[in-house]
Amino acid sequence: MNLRLLQFKSLKSYIPLFSTIAVFFAIYAMGAVLYGLNFISLRVFLNLFLDNAFVGVIAVGMTFVIISGGIDLSVASVVAFVCILAAKLMEVYNMNPFIVMIISLGFGAVLGTTMGSIIYFFKVPDFLVTLVGMFLCRGLAYMVDVRSIPIRNETFVNLNTIAIRFPGGARLPLVAIVFIVVWFMGIYLAHFTRFGRNIYAVGGDEKSANLMGIPVARTKILVYTMSSTFAALGGLLYANYTLSGYAAAVLGLELDAIAAVVIGGTLLTGGVGFVEGTMIGVLILGLIQTLISFQGTLSSWWTKIIIGLLIFWFILLQRFLSRTPKK
Amino acid sequence: MKLKLNHESYKQIIGPLAAFLLILLFNYLFTPGFFDLEIKDGQLFGSIVDIFNRGAPVMIIALGMTLVYATGGIDLSVGSVMAISGAVAAFMIRPGYISGVLEYGTLPPVWQVILIPLIVAAIAGLWNGVLVTYLKIQPIIATLILMVAGRGIAQLITKGNIIIFRHENFEVLGSGNFLGLPVPVVMVIVIALLMHFLTRKTALGLFIEAVGSNPTASYFIGINSRRIKLLVYVFCGICAGFAGLIITADIKGADANNCGLWFELDAIAAVIIGGTVWGGRYTLAGTLLGALIIQSITTTILSRGIAPEQILVYKAIVVLSVTLIQSGNMRKMIVQLFNSKKKRVSSIANSGVVK
Repeated sequence: MNLRLLQFKSLKSYIPLFSTIAVFFAIYAMGAVLYGLNFISLRVFLNLFLDNAFVGVIAVGMTFVIISGGIDLSVASVVAFVCILAAKLMEVYNMNPFIVMIISLGFGAVLGTTMGSIIYFFKVPDFLVTLVGMFLCRGLAYMVDVRSIPIRNETFVNLNTIAIRFPGGARLPLVAIVFIVVWFMGIYLAHFTRFGRNIYAVGGDEKSANLMGIPVARTKILVYTMSSTFAALGGLLYANYTLSGYAAAVLGLELDAIAAVVIGGTLLTGGVGFVEGTMIGVLILGLIQTLISFQGTLSSWWTKIIIGLLIFWFILLQRFLSRTPKK
Repeated sequence: MKLKLNHESYKQIIGPLAAFLLILLFNYLFTPGFFDLEIKDGQLFGSIVDIFNRGAPVMIIALGMTLVYATGGIDLSVGSVMAISGAVAAFMIRPGYISGVLEYGTLPPVWQVILIPLIVAAIAGLWNGVLVTYLKIQPIIATLILMVAGRGIAQLITKGNIIIFRHENFEVLGSGNFLGLPVPVVMVIVIALLMHFLTRKTALGLFIEAVGSNPTASYFIGINSRRIKLLVYVFCGICAGFAGLIITADIKGADANNCGLWFELDAIAAVIIGGTVWGGRYTLAGTLLGALIIQSITTTILSRGIAPEQILVYKAIVVLSVTLIQSGNMRKMIVQLFNSKKKRVSSIANSGVVK
């Protein structure tokens, strides 16, 4: 009987994921009805992956943080810092782009580990520590350079030419490929590794996880390490996507990432969530933007209002679903 | 009991007060002309006045945020609410501007231009409060919705324009002066005193702290935690609206994109530096000092000619060190460190004695 209850519960926890997929297809169908074949062309679809690659990579890291019961507000600033740092190192100091990449990812890892350690060992609230990280990285980014730096490094620019080509002129460039690889890595990590299960356990109930002998400290800290490293990777993708570094770039990106996670059906209380859903959340956000740009007369502020409403709707859905199974 | 409580809050603000005085001392020694005051047209001018004047919006928001923080919540939407209230005020003064009509029409009386945006801000706060109390959504996420959507709403009101306007009576709110003091500073004093009397001279303040520090216990002693939390969020919304009006009146324009940008972070930082505990004790004086510290860092950097983009880094360092000092575990660790040293010393001493 207990087992049946458990199955029922787990089936229920899939409902947000299904409704996310439903919303995605609904919006896609809406675009198809309004704008016909142009909207459902392969090129538009693949561009979704290119335009939202950096958001997507960050959202994967954010999903794990939220599943573990935390939050990371620093990601957008990390993106800005990494992309301006990479631009400066490559353009002004003529550094090899691959060394720059290693430095960037290393910075992300160190920052994340530091924030995670402060959160865990000093019991400072997570949003505070990551808020400080947000200030710090944005300030560091401005200190690197206040102006925008165009990237002309040949090796780095040429990375753009690596792409999977499809008939009809559609192509999937490296940035989008990285995004999809990270996505599958995230799915693998969440469902098929011990570390992934530990994250779910810690997010579900930290005390019982501790009693079960799960390494809570390591898990909680590593989650932030991962999130910041993915944010640094997102910064590199963004630098490659825009071919420039700008310290004031991607203001408010952390909210887009959190929105994607919420829309994707991850419970904000921790313990329940899907990397798959997050990715569909990212694609939904991208679709809304594509729709608005297809429409042409609607202004960009509608994006914000619609995203806000979508977050609200999915949180309501989660509340409604998670209320009943309690005891 | 009452004496003890007062004593507590007095002790709480010693840290921030010392930090603020340190920054002032630094400026006294190293920044020439920092303490110069002059009176022009019956108004005080100088870096010190500037700290209070420029810091006023953050102080007002931080005061509202303090109560939210004390109930164990947080309000990320304050920046957006500022933008909304500013947009509403500017729209009321110059409704035709967004469709290209430059004429003003009849100017609305100033009490309307202030009251109606504040009501809108209160509704925004009510929305946050309902999400947190009745739908039981975590505060950080509940207010995130309005943080994202609110700026969109503000842009919807201004249609993406920066509405510039002239309205002499309304402008007083941002740049006027009262008895030689800038009006924003007077407003901070009024709001702080009002809050002091409403929450510290009645039981309301204790209720807020009780709801934050132990919801179960406060339920058993009969506190309606929902009503308290709702009230706190509405109040925070009104504070944010008021700060938005001050900024809008000061720059004589409503900029939906930039009005109140990053203010939520400054306000939260001010509350934390001030020594308010997340879900627990709060100090209004500490918050005011926290906001002053943040602003004085900014003013110091600006008046010393350091690149203003470094401000964020210094703010981060200050907030981090304050939170670490306040963290109980950190203190425990330091105490342990000292104890273990002492023990080692004493054990060495003892072994020496034994030998």
